[in-house]
Amino acid sequence: MNKLELAKVANEVRKGIIAAVHSAKAGHPGGSLSAADIYTYLYFEEMNIDPKDPKKPDRDRFVLSKGHTVPGLYAAMAHRGYFPVEKLITLRKLGSPLQGHPCMQHVDGIDMSSGSLGQGVSAAVGMALAGKMDNKDYRVYTLLGDGEIQEGQVWEAAMFAGHRKLDNLVVIVDNNGLQIDGDIADVCSPYPIDKKFEAFNFHVVHADAHDFDSLKAAFDEARATKGMPTAIIAKSIKGKGVSFMENEASWHGVAPNDEQYEKAMAELEKAGEALCQK
Amino acid sequence: MSEIKKVATREGYGKALVELGAKYPNLVVLDADLAAATKTSMFQKAYPDRHIDCGIAECNMIGIAAGLATTGKIPFLSSFAMFAAGRAFEQVRNSVGYPHLNVKIGASHAGITVGEDGASHQCNEDIALMRTIPGMVVINPADEIETSEAVKASAAYEGPVYLRFGRAAVPVINDNPEYKFEIGKGIVLREGTDVTIVATGICVSASLEAADMLAADGISAEVINIHTIKPLDEELIIASAKKTGKVVTAEEHSVIGGLGSAVCDALSEKAPTPVCKIGINDVFGESASAAVLIHKYGLDGEGIYNKVKGFLK
Repeated sequence: MNKLELAKVANEVRKGIIAAVHSAKAGHPGGSLSAADIYTYLYFEEMNIDPKDPKKPDRDRFVLSKGHTVPGLYAAMAHRGYFPVEKLITLRKLGSPLQGHPCMQHVDGIDMSSGSLGQGVSAAVGMALAGKMDNKDYRVYTLLGDGEIQEGQVWEAAMFAGHRKLDNLVVIVDNNGLQIDGDIADVCSPYPIDKKFEAFNFHVVHADAHDFDSLKAAFDEARATKGMPTAIIAKSIKGKGVSFMENEASWHGVAPNDEQYEKAMAELEKAGEALCQK
Repeated sequence: MSEIKKVATREGYGKALVELGAKYPNLVVLDADLAAATKTSMFQKAYPDRHIDCGIAECNMIGIAAGLATTGKIPFLSSFAMFAAGRAFEQVRNSVGYPHLNVKIGASHAGITVGEDGASHQCNEDIALMRTIPGMVVINPADEIETSEAVKASAAYEGPVYLRFGRAAVPVINDNPEYKFEIGKGIVLREGTDVTIVATGICVSASLEAADMLAADGISAEVINIHTIKPLDEELIIASAKKTGKVVTAEEHSVIGGLGSAVCDALSEKAPTPVCKIGINDVFGESASAAVLIHKYGLDGEGIYNKVKGFLK
């Protein structure tokens, strides 16, 4: 898929996020939107997956360690064909498989239940370790929030992954700079993020989370890196794509009301039309 | 007592893992820098490529085991009960319990028989913690033989299991050809009519001793070994409670939330019966040898005997 096509998909993913969170009257739009291009790149370009055979043993795996931004993952998976796009608006509703945080027992294609911060990355490390033990070629991707890396377990997992030289593992940090209580640098700074991962024996790549060329270069570099896991520090904008949500910590975990929903969807429709003109 | 063979249940765990390693090529063992103490070092020696030392990072170990399980491996992970069930409770709950992954938690050094290390390491709360997790099987074997069988049954069972082992050598009581282990099935070790003693773990052999002492006083005690606290063999316990009309529970665990509570939960709803709970009475332990502590906290034969006598008065 070329980058214009990816951008179009990402715009649809953003619409799916807004529609789902609005319908649920709850959820996390900010971090879902900041990761929308990453989800799109992973599910439409990077990963070896088959929506028709979601449990294929040799598939690449994805663990959403920052599980609260699952609306973005659901939207990407729906557009990739794992389940109907119409299902997105059942998010967080009774009886829906689309739980508030990822649940592998409810959705085929979710590789690990997650949401309690810091835990998903350990499971991803376990999957990567299994791949090495069994001499499999599959790769494992896990997406973390930059606030999430305040959790100590992340560094336990990083120490193990570096120690075991798990070069089939890619840790992506969605570096939107904001957490619930404000700027991550003010709350309890995790910076420098790159030097931390380097110290844990990772290869570190910086990327622009909203530029598909940059994402491609980063994931290609990760794939080419042997003998150590890769951490991609993806600089992003929280709320990206919806003007009034961008760079606002207050949109971390709040759903848009009807008026805000209309405004957000109008902006995304317009962005989509602009992409079609290209 | 000196003629009775004594072996720590953790020994049985180490030996059983080695046996299972041959049967299941997908069985892997994880430890957190305690392989010598938890006895997974035996497996490490036999199958070095399938033994994963995670270092002193129990929470991460649980997650790695969960990830391994999603690929079809059967991970047995080990640490002390304090860390496996205590420190990593939420990881067990969310990364293993919620997705119902096929992870086995072999927790050694449970209860006060940790001994000299003292209260910081004496976990009297793990049964309570683990049995609140939906779908978690909780097993506390009474001796080396039961441990071995429990570990094998856990490997064959699909789903999360918490296995509780002790540090101290305990009498081997199940060394007989009729012995059969089945998850969730209690075992009547001694029939009686005046009182039912429901015991688990190291308190099973102590309860048999107590029953002998009670018999000398003309009291007929039924002794039931409940190795599986969850799912609890309610049917067996209720039938015995209806027969004897009085139930005593005995465990090396807090009286809050463990076997005693599980038995009370079942009886209060289905067959209300007076129950006397023997265990650690909502206090922290302390440093001393296992034998001294078992005596002090009333978990030996004499302690159980005295408690039952008082209860029957």
